Amino acid sequence: MANTMPIEYYQQLEEIQAIDFVIDELVLYLDTHPTDQNAIQQYNHFALYSKQIKQKFEECYGPLQKGSVNNRQDYWEWSGPWPWQV
Amino acid sequence: MWIYEKKLQYPVKVSTCNPTLAKYLVEQYGGADGELAAALRYLNQRYTIPDKVIGLLTDIGTEEFAHLEMIATMIYKLTKDATPQQLKEAGLGEHYVQHDSALFYNNSAGVPFSATYFQAKGDPIADLYEDIAAEEKARATYQWIIDMSDDPDLNDSLRYLREREIVHSQRFREAVEILKDERDRQKFF
Repeated sequence: MANTMPIEYYQQLEEIQAIDFVIDELVLYLDTHPTDQNAIQQYNHFALYSKQIKQKFEECYGPLQKGSVNNRQDYWEWSGPWPWQV
Repeated sequence: MWIYEKKLQYPVKVSTCNPTLAKYLVEQYGGADGELAAALRYLNQRYTIPDKVIGLLTDIGTEEFAHLEMIATMIYKLTKDATPQQLKEAGLGEHYVQHDSALFYNNSAGVPFSATYFQAKGDPIADLYEDIAAEEKARATYQWIIDMSDDPDLNDSLRYLREREIVHSQRFREAVEILKDERDRQKFF
């Protein structure tokens, strides 16, 4: 299964990883600074953006998590490939 | 509950088949200061820590599972094409006869994972000091592995993980200060 995904897969995935990293950092910051309005605003901004780019990714490559729509009618896209296989 | 997200937290690329490096990396998989011990330690402490720190333990504990998956991916990619002879030369002959090329929760010397690697004291300061120490020990281990590694692609991911240990340590230090402030404030009531 290794290296069978198109280059766009890796580019889009890396964008998601970058945005989710911002969210990870804001979440840990907010856990110890729960009244920082500026950080909450930033968190909400990136949370919305992450949702949007994940939806775009999932339309091409299938669900990133349970609950997302499986766009292909003829194939259960959750079946793979898995993160350690790409 | 937990929801699985089908992606790594940070990309993991491996330059070449290198079972020796995999043998070192397994320290962070099933070792005393590894990611499994970290995840289990923090998530277990949540139930008796003051409310102000539960979110932090939940989020860092969850992130540790994402790190565990990155380490597993590294070990898998470094060993998947290795022959039994290559595994033997890397000191993984004993691992091969027990597990083939399957991953197993043990440390780099082959000692199986143990819950005795971490504590739950119920004392918030004692628990958080252990958490800070755990992060610093894991950071040091990542540095030693990077020093032993000649794989530039892998080192990029290892440097990311090393930096996360620093961030987690700093957040736990803030949590200690939050609890101290709260403790001192209560004296006036």
